[in-house]
Amino acid sequence: MGGAPPCLVAKGYVSYCFGEIGPPRSLGPARVGRVPPGRRPGGRRRVVGRDGLGAGLVGGRMTGACAGEPLIELRDAAFGWRGRPAVHGVSGGFAAGSMTAVAGPNGAGKSTLIKGIVGLMRPLAGTLRIAGGARRGLAWLPQAADLDRAFPITVLDMVAMGAWRRVGPWRRFNAAETERAWQALESVGLVGEAGRIVGSLSGGQMQRALFARLMLQDAQVLLLDEPFAAVDSHTADALMRLLCAWHAEGRTVVAVLHDLALVRRHFGQTLLLAGRQVAWGPTAEVLTPGHLAAARGAPREWL
Amino acid sequence: MTALDWVVAPFADFGFMRRALAGTSAAALGAAPLGVFLVLRRMSLMGDAMSHAILPGVAAGFLLAGLSLGAMLLGGLVTGLAVALLAGLVARLTPLREDASFAAFYLISLGLGVLLVSLRGSNMDLLHVLFGTVLGLDDAALLLVTGAASATLLAMAALYRVLVAECLDPGFLRASGGGGAWAHMVFLVLVVVNLVAGFQVLGTLMVVGMMMLPAAAARFWLPTVAAQIVLAAALGVAAGIAGLLVSYHWNLPASPAIILAAGAIYLASVACGPQGGLLHGLAGHGRAHFR
Repeated sequence: MGGAPPCLVAKGYVSYCFGEIGPPRSLGPARVGRVPPGRRPGGRRRVVGRDGLGAGLVGGRMTGACAGEPLIELRDAAFGWRGRPAVHGVSGGFAAGSMTAVAGPNGAGKSTLIKGIVGLMRPLAGTLRIAGGARRGLAWLPQAADLDRAFPITVLDMVAMGAWRRVGPWRRFNAAETERAWQALESVGLVGEAGRIVGSLSGGQMQRALFARLMLQDAQVLLLDEPFAAVDSHTADALMRLLCAWHAEGRTVVAVLHDLALVRRHFGQTLLLAGRQVAWGPTAEVLTPGHLAAARGAPREWL
Repeated sequence: MTALDWVVAPFADFGFMRRALAGTSAAALGAAPLGVFLVLRRMSLMGDAMSHAILPGVAAGFLLAGLSLGAMLLGGLVTGLAVALLAGLVARLTPLREDASFAAFYLISLGLGVLLVSLRGSNMDLLHVLFGTVLGLDDAALLLVTGAASATLLAMAALYRVLVAECLDPGFLRASGGGGAWAHMVFLVLVVVNLVAGFQVLGTLMVVGMMMLPAAAARFWLPTVAAQIVLAAALGVAAGIAGLLVSYHWNLPASPAIILAAGAIYLASVACGPQGGLLHGLAGHGRAHFR
């Protein structure tokens, strides 16, 4: 498939991303269930549905999600470093195909929660349950600061790292993978920078490159840690469109965000944290003055 | 005497010079690529610490079994890995940073090593261990250093992708399946193996020079990892040839001459390299100034 990558071909997302429709319709399990089995053959990466919405999923795996069971479920979970919880009392679930913002003041434990879900640490208390098969389909976009930007590697190579789960340390990086890497670069507008060293990219370009890598991971669940920090508004818009496109394809998106206006505009679900869970549910019900005051006023009272 | 004679004749005429050339080239081919990764991981001084750390093991092997390469290799491996492990443990379990705990352990190790060598051997032995015997390499020593270089290059080729990923973004690697930890361990073992294999050639103290100097120099010339690895190995071989020639013609000790040649290449690279070299930077400022 030449030209624009499939996720941008999917037009449906645009209306609810930037239109006047209001809060996005939830692309819940029922919607995913609508995709006829024949439209998601195992070998294909993703399939654009006939209704214009990108719909197919990798390998057609939506394990256990169709029953309405959350893909990722937390029960009174606490995560932290060296035995000290940074966030606790988190209970709830990320439904398959949902789009959730994680918001809260600095030090609220947002990044820690994401790292916990990714599997970089075990819960200090409570339980974290990830539906079978979804664990391997998790992709994580860390804060850019975690990456060694002085490392002498080209943008294309860095993006190609996204294929790690398929290619691993030894398998051949074949023509199909190369094509995917170029497509990913194209959809973030970095084709012209493919041969540059990552250290020479601007902050916004770097974030675009990281999104391209994320795209190559082709994951079912995307966890993004402050994806728009230190990025100009033009880039943020472009990246937000990508997020919406992924959501429209039926992927589960979880993003740590500070910009509440952005959250209200694009995210159906919000998890508000302040060292503990303040509220979790539909964005309009979570981002109320009362909850926000509670999040701002009492971030550390429980320590 | 023509310039060609000056370069070729010593190697054509004397077997020990050919052996020295083979030994230094092998040491460069194995050590310099490792050095590139040490530079990238900001672990340049780790190589230095390791070279001191292997000394007591090498000395113990020498004391127990005489000039047996196997015993010295084993001893060096054991103490080198022990120091790496202990330093890592102290850094995990106490507030002391890893570099400081490395320094502490390698100094202890160095003291122990010098003590062991001087206990039994003569001063000459100590000098050989510290500075190598590049002009008196026997078959066993050559086999060891060439074998180590071959194993290193093969292992690096196999691990290349993991090493790059682990250096660039360890968090990403962990989140997408891991493998970084054991690659790091294999890498440390390779560093120790090369230091031990190279100590007969250049000595335990000098062999680090072959690891770090070409790698640090290559960084100023080429932008990508793969290119830097190739260039570092080539610069290491060049430094070996230059050092041997200088040592031959002016009757200077070979091992320091080789390291000084590598040092000269490094300084020239710092000055002239296009990737952030000093002169390049000055030229850039000049343009900006006149605009």
